[in-house]
Amino acid sequence: MRTLSYREAVIEALAGEMRRDPSVVLMGEDIGAAGGVFRQTAGLFDEFGAARVIDTPISEAGAFGIAVGASMCGLRPVFEVMFGDFITLVMDPLVNQAAKLSYMSAGGFSAPLVLRTTMGVGSNLGPQHSQSLHAWACHVPGLKVALPASPADAKGLFASAIRDPNPVVIFEDRMLYTLRGPVPEGEHLVPLGSAALRRAGRDATVVATGRMVAHALDAADRLAGEGLEIEVIDPRSLVPLDLEALVASVRRTHRVLVVDGGARRYGAAAEIAAELAESAFDWLDAPVRRLAAEDVPIPISRTLEPLVQPDAARIAAAVHALVAG
Amino acid sequence: MSALPDPLRLHRCMLLIRAFEEQVRRLAAAGLVPGLVHLCTGQEAVAAGAIVQLGPEDRIASHHRGHGHCLARGADPRRLMAEILGRAPGLSGGRGGSMHVYDAASGNLGTNGIVGGAVPLATGAALAAQRQGSGGIAVAFFGDGALNQGLVSECMNMAAVWRLPVLFLCEHNGYGEFTASADVTAGPSLLARGAVFGMPAEEVDGMDALAVQQAVAGAAARARGGEGPSFLLCHTWRFSGHHAGDRQDYKDDEETRRWRARDPIPRLAAHLRATGLADDPALAAMEAKAERIAADAAAFARAAPEPEPAALHQHLFA
Repeated sequence: MRTLSYREAVIEALAGEMRRDPSVVLMGEDIGAAGGVFRQTAGLFDEFGAARVIDTPISEAGAFGIAVGASMCGLRPVFEVMFGDFITLVMDPLVNQAAKLSYMSAGGFSAPLVLRTTMGVGSNLGPQHSQSLHAWACHVPGLKVALPASPADAKGLFASAIRDPNPVVIFEDRMLYTLRGPVPEGEHLVPLGSAALRRAGRDATVVATGRMVAHALDAADRLAGEGLEIEVIDPRSLVPLDLEALVASVRRTHRVLVVDGGARRYGAAAEIAAELAESAFDWLDAPVRRLAAEDVPIPISRTLEPLVQPDAARIAAAVHALVAG
Repeated sequence: MSALPDPLRLHRCMLLIRAFEEQVRRLAAAGLVPGLVHLCTGQEAVAAGAIVQLGPEDRIASHHRGHGHCLARGADPRRLMAEILGRAPGLSGGRGGSMHVYDAASGNLGTNGIVGGAVPLATGAALAAQRQGSGGIAVAFFGDGALNQGLVSECMNMAAVWRLPVLFLCEHNGYGEFTASADVTAGPSLLARGAVFGMPAEEVDGMDALAVQQAVAGAAARARGGEGPSFLLCHTWRFSGHHAGDRQDYKDDEETRRWRARDPIPRLAAHLRATGLADDPALAAMEAKAERIAADAAAFARAAPEPEPAALHQHLFA
């Protein structure tokens, strides 16, 4: 299979859906002729023009609210918030309008839109341009949330999200944009709510989200050298969550570590750990453990920034503690 | 869609809103309305005058004082009243209530519990209409309180940049909740809030349904002609205060007398008499019919069942 970068895979999904469905439009800052500040919409303006690749002013709240209104009237906007930290600015139209719309209108309206945003450490962008706020979106009933971890999943999850009749929030780790991998050509759909087994193992399960999947796979390679075989599972979407696949893995390994790039306190890892503790208790030989980001803003310092999120070494150390327990 | 004034239709619409809100007031006083309810009594001319100009391809988005907009747009009074009482046959299945009434059938993007929340929705509807070439326009209803919400100005800017077919219709009733607008709003002219974006901005007597209709007709024609958005500042007054049961101690008697004297319903009735469009018996018959419809809606809603517990989880996702 041919390989694409994560960024190219997202663009291929957007282009494919825009060709298939004329109601799909893109909205965001610098996404038109500029092609996106991370080149994440490159080429789309040339093919689809200003009517469908819509440059907004730096007015996140108003512009996303407009996207919600447009989605109620037949358009399917893919709205980009340049940095995940800026989703604070779109919270009212996201939480009070889009998320509640189907429920409040008893299905009379829905908001079929995608909110895509970036996050992650590694670029020294500092406290207001790095934070991973996906747990916020997960906490709001009525939103679906996906964190693609591979180029193929980026394409497949984007295509599914655009076709979904509900608001879907997709968090992309910027450090994955250059990651290359095999991507199916033509139509490729990854359903929301289906976890992927990334590596099979017998000694422990590591449930990892987004970029943490790559770190977990690195850790698995290291641990294999020591004779520890760990299973790596990527939920791919946090809402809906494929709990069944996660529980099935725990039944095989009897130990589980949950790794997430968001802040640890009240975070996505905490929720997944609680679900597993409730659903897989009888098969567990050790308490569920979690490893997530430190509960601090993301510092810009090249020394401090790498200390915030889990990495392969920390995951390997946590697995050691887990299997010793 | 009527391009010509239809004063009788306007009057029937205002009478229905007035009678409907009186029934809501009674139901609220009887403790039958869950939570708070905001009546639009006194502001009927804005809803009727604006919406009579719209066609089926058009969209509206409304605010927390929005029963009048829903009725003028054609919502079933029975299902609207049932929604206000949180009952199963309500327009939102009883889960929304007064501030979350949606009616896709009549192109109504909903009343809204967030001040200014309607504005981006209507602007988005206008974006969709423009991209789809539907020929439709959208009307965003909001109060003077919303003029101080940042995203309202953001939407006006984008609507002007993109020349969207949207009307920003401010119902200036002088108060945001319990605070006088003048106490919290700077600047020499509220019209400037629209004019600064280069869109036509017009002050309208919001107690005169014919004046509202005329202003909206002009703005709608501009929007349909591709000339972009307009800002209409309609001066009106809420007779019942912020919510049903508000004692309105913050208003003085002279203010109340002055605005009551401008009640839009007797005003249009006088016009109908003077122009020979309706005589007293005809006016009385129109009023009686409106009261029958409102009473029937109230009776329907009172008798309507509560939602089944199983409805709790329905429609979370489409």
